[in-house]
Amino acid sequence: MKIGRVVGTVVTPVQHPAYDGRRLLAVRPLNPDGSEAQDRLFVAVDRAQAGVGDRVLLMAEGSSVRAIVGDEKAPIRCAVVGIIDEIELDGRVVFPAT
Amino acid sequence: MHLGRVIGRVVATRRLSGLLGEKFLIVRPLDEQREPCGETLVACDAVGSGLGDVVHVCDGRESVYALHDPFVPIDATIVGHVEEFAHEAPPAHGANGPGGASE
Repeated sequence: MKIGRVVGTVVTPVQHPAYDGRRLLAVRPLNPDGSEAQDRLFVAVDRAQAGVGDRVLLMAEGSSVRAIVGDEKAPIRCAVVGIIDEIELDGRVVFPAT
Repeated sequence: MHLGRVIGRVVATRRLSGLLGEKFLIVRPLDEQREPCGETLVACDAVGSGLGDVVHVCDGRESVYALHDPFVPIDATIVGHVEEFAHEAPPAHGANGPGGASE
């Protein structure tokens, strides 16, 4: 799993049927300390009722995500699976900023 | 899964039989500001995309599930047309909610 921040919502009126009724979020991957990771912007299905600005857990591994969404033949690879309350790194709380 | 813009297409007459009928498009990944980022890729098209479209690309093994035959060597497929991409306002403006909706 990756750590990320929700930076937006994505609306796709024309889409594969597997995405019907699913909310899509744009997620910027972060390092644990909160800095931006050297990675591309992700589009992920929302499974945690996350909103813009939330620090989230991003599952970016296909078979796990297909199990979560309940469709083993869905072309879906990424999902937001949790909203992060706190991150501790080397014994220090780095999120939320204190 | 990523955002991208269709910048071209690839024609390949000789191809594996499982790939017959699939359309190959060249996609440039985009960041949240709709600026190009990362390496350009070739993706199959499952939703009827055209040049200039902002699209949602599924990569990896899952990309083949959008095609007719799930046993083909494909690692990226366009699975949606992005009509609207609302992203948060830059931190300098202090906005919290979604803003900057465009297109």
